[in-house]
Amino acid sequence: MTSLQTPVRETGTLGARYGTFMNRRASLMPTFAAIAILIILLIGAQLRFGNFLTPGNLSALLLDNAYLIVLAVGMTFVILTGGIDLSVGSVMAFTGILGASLLSQGIPVYIAIPAMLLGGALIGLLIGVLVQYFNVQPFIASLAGLFLARGLAFVVSLASIKVEDPAVLWLQRTRISFGGWYITPTVIIALVTVAVAVFVLHWTRFGRTVYAIGGGEQSAHLMGLNVARTKVAVYVISGVCGGLAGLLLTAYSGAGYPRNGIGTELDAIAAVVIGGTLLTGGTGYVLGSLVGVLVYGTIKKIISFMGAEQSWTQIIIGILLLLFIVVQRVIVARSIRRRT
Amino acid sequence: MSTDTAVSPVVSAESVAPVVEMTGITIRFPGVLALDHVDFALYAGEVHALIGENGAGKSTLIKALTGVYPIDAGTITVGGSGRVFDGTAAAQSAGISTVYQEINLCANLSVGENVMLGHEPRRGGGIDWKATHREAATHLESLGQRIDTRSTLASHSIAIQQLVAIARAMVLDAKVLILDEPTSSLDRDEVERLFRVVRELRSHGVAILFVSHFLDQIYEISDRVTVLRNGALVGEYLIEDLPRAQLVTKMIGRELDELTALSSVSSRAIDRQKAPVLRATGVGRRGQLEPADVSVYEGEVLGIAGLLGSGRTELVRLLYGADRADSGHIELDGAAVRLRSPRQAIEHRIAFSSENRRAEGIIADLTVAENIVLGVQAKRGALRRLRRTEQDALVAEYIEALGVRPANPHMLAGNLSGGNQQKVLLGRWLAMAPELIILDEPTRGIDVGAKADIQRKVAELSENGLSVIFISSELEEVLRIAQRVVVMRDRRTIGELASQYLGIDDLIDYIANKGEGSAA
Amino acid sequence: MKKLARHRLFWPIVALLTLIVVNTIVRPSFISITVKDGQLYGVLIDILRTSAPLMLVALGMTIVIATRGIDLSVGAIMAVSGAVALTIIDASGDPESIATVFVAVIAALCVSLVLGAWNGFLVSVVGIQPIIATLVLMLAGRGVALLITDGFITTVNSAPYSFIATGYLLFLPVAFLIWVAATAVVSLIERRTALGVLTEAVGINPEASRLAGVRARGIIFGAYVTSGLLAGIAGVLYSSNIRAADANASGQFIELYAILAVVLGGTSLMGGKFTIAGTVVGVLIIQTLDKTILFLGVPPAQSPVFFAIVVIVVVIMQSPRLHRWIRGAASSRSRRDSDTTITKEVASR
Repeated sequence: MTSLQTPVRETGTLGARYGTFMNRRASLMPTFAAIAILIILLIGAQLRFGNFLTPGNLSALLLDNAYLIVLAVGMTFVILTGGIDLSVGSVMAFTGILGASLLSQGIPVYIAIPAMLLGGALIGLLIGVLVQYFNVQPFIASLAGLFLARGLAFVVSLASIKVEDPAVLWLQRTRISFGGWYITPTVIIALVTVAVAVFVLHWTRFGRTVYAIGGGEQSAHLMGLNVARTKVAVYVISGVCGGLAGLLLTAYSGAGYPRNGIGTELDAIAAVVIGGTLLTGGTGYVLGSLVGVLVYGTIKKIISFMGAEQSWTQIIIGILLLLFIVVQRVIVARSIRRRT
Repeated sequence: MSTDTAVSPVVSAESVAPVVEMTGITIRFPGVLALDHVDFALYAGEVHALIGENGAGKSTLIKALTGVYPIDAGTITVGGSGRVFDGTAAAQSAGISTVYQEINLCANLSVGENVMLGHEPRRGGGIDWKATHREAATHLESLGQRIDTRSTLASHSIAIQQLVAIARAMVLDAKVLILDEPTSSLDRDEVERLFRVVRELRSHGVAILFVSHFLDQIYEISDRVTVLRNGALVGEYLIEDLPRAQLVTKMIGRELDELTALSSVSSRAIDRQKAPVLRATGVGRRGQLEPADVSVYEGEVLGIAGLLGSGRTELVRLLYGADRADSGHIELDGAAVRLRSPRQAIEHRIAFSSENRRAEGIIADLTVAENIVLGVQAKRGALRRLRRTEQDALVAEYIEALGVRPANPHMLAGNLSGGNQQKVLLGRWLAMAPELIILDEPTRGIDVGAKADIQRKVAELSENGLSVIFISSELEEVLRIAQRVVVMRDRRTIGELASQYLGIDDLIDYIANKGEGSAA
Repeated sequence: MKKLARHRLFWPIVALLTLIVVNTIVRPSFISITVKDGQLYGVLIDILRTSAPLMLVALGMTIVIATRGIDLSVGAIMAVSGAVALTIIDASGDPESIATVFVAVIAALCVSLVLGAWNGFLVSVVGIQPIIATLVLMLAGRGVALLITDGFITTVNSAPYSFIATGYLLFLPVAFLIWVAATAVVSLIERRTALGVLTEAVGINPEASRLAGVRARGIIFGAYVTSGLLAGIAGVLYSSNIRAADANASGQFIELYAILAVVLGGTSLMGGKFTIAGTVVGVLIIQTLDKTILFLGVPPAQSPVFFAIVVIVVVIMQSPRLHRWIRGAASSRSRRDSDTTITKEVASR
């Protein structure tokens, strides 16, 4: 421990370089692990099936999971502060059916879509206020949000509503292809969301406050950061992402369906954790969550290629999640012991 | 004269106005007067130590100065103008920065980020990281430190993290730097490095408030010292005018002793021919206690005396297995044992009453009866419940023997006064019929009557063969009921004395000066 | 002692009675009970019968919460339990035989015990936060249930099995008797032995309990095993009621309702003192509220909205900020604000 105490200048030796790297970027290790797992999965699948790594398949990977990418981005913000949001699946369903309903009543798309985002934001705001100002534990507050959103989805409509609006369908149906690869506006939206999140988290004071809260809420407060506003904001962000995901999913399936997204919040949490974000907060990267979603999507695809039942996806994700959590715990325990 | 001579204080206090002046500060909490019209002044370019025992009001005074607590009476002036702090941000903007014992930075962020957090230079809509790290490095270098600012704070030792915290304070252009128990987790070299930085800051005109209970360090680094006791100001002195023994006396005080009734306890003869009930050799724990030797004989009361922070609690926690020792071994009645957990200690008939009765003793929402039988019940296991009649009898016995008031076994333990809670805890441990009982500050914060009761009980029990290790900050108490006293300072044992002919002045002198020779 | 009962159970019982009274005023048949073929019928009886799964799960949840934990996997355990039982009955040649049913139920309960032990192991031995530890099973459990049923909703026709959820014994629904028995057993174990007090001690002050020699690990482990077992029974009941193993619908959201029931009954989510009677009342409140909503003509799928509102109201009422606000309105001083989270100790130095 003491040998790395005050590294003065990086010497040229490999050992010193590694030491400096670890001191700066140790929190990247879990994300590297996720990337490694993704690569292993992809290569393994290719060896097994032979036709797995095609441009068509990989493009579909992004397309099929665009909604989950957006959800995972929002979830990352929340988990970075040490909280959790169990409502995102239901918010996605609620905003989806809300949008579909509005569109089917002739409301123009430039009102319907903001309405979806606003709906998600409001539920996020409710959760954030409960957590910050009423000291409710995040999982209870977001559980209430889950209840509320799920019930409201059915209030909007008990059955699914088809979406015929050309603008929405355009999001999904348009394909911009190059070579065998293709990309849709929904994927672009998802990737732009990721890019914006990366910028916010690493180049704005708000984003750094998010990390600071995860590192130590009291410390962040004592350092003069606006903890209260930030904590509420991350839930609003998660809600907006829920709304955006609702849009993407509605475009993808061509309809709003109040039963959508049951259990999806767990998939989002799993993706974020597998991507290297610690559930205790303060450490993690949005890009890691993207990798986590890709891991999830790949596992799903592999299972469908194998002709096995989709329920295996849930089980494997659960096991992976457990593995990551146990490893996280071991790492944390060891670093605590090192410091004392 | 033990002050350092490298740089002498910039200002002579009498000629210049203080940077911070607190007058008549009074703070009341429900049931306790935490600060009673305390005056305090900080001058630029000076290291001012704040010292006092538990409950003296040090921490409360700091919190008033940093805007954590509002004050009930008195004034605070900073740089000549009166201020009212309604929060920590207000104090910070007045130029008062604090480095807390727990560091209070974000360990998951980089060093540079921690230094500049909230004040990062910006470029094109976002944070300019290059400039941020450059500025952070500059601030660190002005303190004589070269640290990789891009490394995570968590990858550095507490000592380095502290220096980062100080650098941050300088970014905020602090005129006053408060160091709250900064050396508790540092080794000798790290303390030296910290002091070098402190002297550097002092030469730049920063006023430094140094809160500590390490006497040696206070004498090494401070120019002036303020002593608090029981929420009141005892006095402010130039350190070079105050010999150690006097300082200790002022901290502890010489309260009139009404409890002299216990006679001849300390002179009782102890049979030290048999193997001791407990013998610990070289027991220590890195960062908490230097290896120490302790032994207790049957029927003996062994006192442990020393100032707050000298390591008394740490030592007994190791003996009980509440914390794990890094070194040394323990023998009970001559047989070697491993005490790695409280359960094991209990198996070996050792009992431990923590000094923090609220956090580590009383289970507030359970009744008095449930609290008393908890130890016995835990030992029997969950399935073998004490029969109602047995339980009632046991509880009634101890309520009576210890004089718990009100004598209602169904009352919630959290609603009792401190003294009665202590008695309940004592009952819990005595009910387990231990061979050795460790009492850590059992009479702290207790009224005189309850104090006498407990001391009497301890004396009585030891006469009947129970061995006792007794920690107390009240030296009269220790001398009164212990046969031998182990003295501790700065996390190590410095000696052992027979108490029979020891006067309190001797003990104070020993605590202050043993190993240094008598200071002037 | 009476004063305590007044404080803790008073308001929950008042709430329940209010609900019943309001319902009766609107619909007098609410409290009517008829006897037919030696069986009692009526809305109230129905509530007692259908509350069985939630009652069992909430019972286990109470104990887990008392140890400062939480069990989010109970719904998934229910699904697995039902799947195991029905698969065995389905695969046997003789679904009507009592022996088959018996074996199926025992198997389901054993599996549930193992799952509970798994949770207990993660929390008490590996030391993972309860939310996270049980989240894993919540995620994977339904997948396992789906696997067991091969992805289908296995239906069976088995009179003995259906009897569990829909049958009657001595005028009363068997399901009701099951939960009464379970409640009685758990209460006896917790209060007749020292388990209850030690559990409370661990939840109220884990460090003081450790120093006093309490075996926290075993107590916490046992709590999750209990929760798993009770969820298993609930799973059997649920699948018996619908005569199918529906891995997705089985116990959906039940963990939320269970937590709500525990909170309504007066046990704090922070752990420590717990009340089984309170949880019973809490469950009955939820079931009655559910029936009320149904009666109002609200589609069952929309009822979560009402419960969300109830949860929000309850947690706000329990929040310290509200108490401070009330106290602050009474006296003008408010010292403890968001600024002072550092300052738990008053005069500690």
